[in-house]
Amino acid sequence: MISKRKLSESDEKEEVGHVLAQFKSESGELLESPIDLPLNITTANLQLICNAFVKKSDDEATPYTFFVQDVEVTSNLAAALKNAVLDSEKVLEIIYQPQAVFQVRAVTRCTSSLPGHSEAVISVSFSPDGKQLASGSGDTTVRFWDLNTESPLFTCKGHRHWVLCTAWAPNGQTLASACKSGEIWLWDAATGTQKGKPLVGHKQWVTWLVWEPFHLNPQCRKLASSSKDGDVRIWDVVLGTCLINLAGHQQGVSCIRWGGTGLIYSASQDRTVKVWRSEDGILCRTLQGHAHWVNTLALSTDYVLRTGAFEPAEFGRTQKTLTPEEAQKKALDRYNLVQQVGPERLVSGSDDFTLFLWNPETDKKHLARMTGHQQLVNDVKFSPDSRLIASASFDKSIKIWDGRTGNFITTLRGHVQAVYQISWSADSRLLVSGSADSTLKVWNLKTKKLHLDLPGHGDEVFAVDWSPDSQRVVSGGRDKVLKIWRY
Amino acid sequence: MPQNEHIELFQKRYGFRMDYQERQRKKKAREHKLQSKMAQKLIGIKGKIFAKKRYSEKVQLKRTIKAHEEKKTRKKEDGKVPEGAMPAYLLDRENTSQAKLLSSMVKQKRKEKAGKWDVPLPKVRAQSEAEVFRVLKTGKSRRKGWKRLVTKVCFVGEGFTRKPPKYERFVRPMALRFKKAHVTHPELKATFCLPIVGVKKNPSSPMYTSLGVITKGTIIEVNVSELGLVTQGGKVVWGKYAQVTNNPENDGCINAILLV
Repeated sequence: MISKRKLSESDEKEEVGHVLAQFKSESGELLESPIDLPLNITTANLQLICNAFVKKSDDEATPYTFFVQDVEVTSNLAAALKNAVLDSEKVLEIIYQPQAVFQVRAVTRCTSSLPGHSEAVISVSFSPDGKQLASGSGDTTVRFWDLNTESPLFTCKGHRHWVLCTAWAPNGQTLASACKSGEIWLWDAATGTQKGKPLVGHKQWVTWLVWEPFHLNPQCRKLASSSKDGDVRIWDVVLGTCLINLAGHQQGVSCIRWGGTGLIYSASQDRTVKVWRSEDGILCRTLQGHAHWVNTLALSTDYVLRTGAFEPAEFGRTQKTLTPEEAQKKALDRYNLVQQVGPERLVSGSDDFTLFLWNPETDKKHLARMTGHQQLVNDVKFSPDSRLIASASFDKSIKIWDGRTGNFITTLRGHVQAVYQISWSADSRLLVSGSADSTLKVWNLKTKKLHLDLPGHGDEVFAVDWSPDSQRVVSGGRDKVLKIWRY
Repeated sequence: MPQNEHIELFQKRYGFRMDYQERQRKKKAREHKLQSKMAQKLIGIKGKIFAKKRYSEKVQLKRTIKAHEEKKTRKKEDGKVPEGAMPAYLLDRENTSQAKLLSSMVKQKRKEKAGKWDVPLPKVRAQSEAEVFRVLKTGKSRRKGWKRLVTKVCFVGEGFTRKPPKYERFVRPMALRFKKAHVTHPELKATFCLPIVGVKKNPSSPMYTSLGVITKGTIIEVNVSELGLVTQGGKVVWGKYAQVTNNPENDGCINAILLV
């Protein structure tokens, strides 16, 4: 009797389907040979298998996410294949994406409000190693803040008008700041004093500052600036002179980016994006397609170029000081790693409510046109692993797109007024956004939902930044205080 | 005071006198004396009129002198930094305050209810039929006057064929038919030459709309596919309305401003 019952139990157990599957990396390489997998296999088991196949030297297992026919495998393989058509003769390809090994904890509380500026705080930025903080404001000063004690360090006076943008050199030693009268000043981060003399040349206000990538030149001598008068100038900071003036835009240039291969991309109000060679200043191509001002640009390698030789995963451990050559090599290695996901892509956001995804090094035509926003797109950022694009718009929403194809993934709603700026965490799982409704919101990209609401500012939030070591988020706005948020 | 044009006629026929330029120059140099004599002598209403004119002339002169003086001296920077610091992405945008936004929303709702639409030229001079049409006399002895010739620029669609000449009442001459308009985008301040799709509304009369007559203030539909505008669904916008801003029959071209 017992044996009969056992038999009937085993008969009642449902037939588990099997499928012949093979793991494939994002760049198209197939891993090992096809294996037979049951359909109710979970993601945890898939990760074990994948780790065994990849056979990394370090003992920590890399977390992966798996995609089958563009659908993410969340619980088990059967759920992802519910709507899919299975061809039993073909091998099912499971695309695996390595995620960041370290997990960033979301910021939850405001640890301090730093008053000090007498006018609205316009721009804030962390140094590439995440240890220093600088802010520019409408009272014409640039202030350095000490992060350990969360108090002011230096106040740098000298600008004659509002300080519109600040940019740290990739080696973390110099800060460049630009004001509304077109001057660029350089400050030494260790002492807070001015380096050299102000760089004069622009006739109207400077809209963006960007340094040359670290792996191209570890001395950090070259700086590029874009201005409302339509020029993009490349300066030598040691000599204090303007090396090249890239004049070609018919109206103001709103944003520039310096690519890893030495190309400069400039977005302008004349609806075009121009690609220049930084060595000689020759225009390579013009990317056309937008119907209104192009407001913002983002490169897939942005995060890597910003942090240079500093690896976010190593921030917890003590780092040995590297010689410039070693640092350059390390920066180059990190850059090449991100390039494996895909070639350097550029996304441009515009007042015509759309974004374009370009492959600027090779193509004149856009890869994808991303529509859906109902108001102008103000800020666009690639995630640090360059797989996702987040776009913030004045229509109070943030849209997430796929980083390689430009396909729409989801919309993040929650803000009640225009979203001004966004910033990714170093592991690409969290996104913080600052808006005109004076709140910051932290979004979780795994669940694609709002994670945390961070109210506290008294007026609009103009600038947001997440430190590269992912310990802190800083935000500044019209209420003249800087707020630091931590876990 | 010359009563007829005999002076000009003489100048046309025989040219100027040898000392004409010299005499004009000297006359002008003496003018200030005349003016001051007049200012002292004139009384009554004439004096008042003269004094008013002279005062306005003086004001203009003072203004131009001041403007010239400004160029010579450099204005010293008084070091005052204006209020309202904004990041670079907000600088070129006119940000209305919250209160103004609400009141303008309410006003817009009221206008929509009343049927008033927001166009760049809300009021235009209505064109009478006598202006737009000219009587065309036909018949053997040129007595029949039922035909009309359109004197303003018009738009006829592609594939337009005239009615049989015996029966056509409104004659639209080929010289006054236009297919393209110079359309300005109000925010970009750029002008494009775009083909016209049709005439939407002529403010003077619905009859003109049906005929396709384009005068100042007419709303026309233009083909904007070359601008590359896209709706939020991803579809390409190819037709938009524009309002005509000049008198095309005087200029020979149609200038319009796009209604965004």
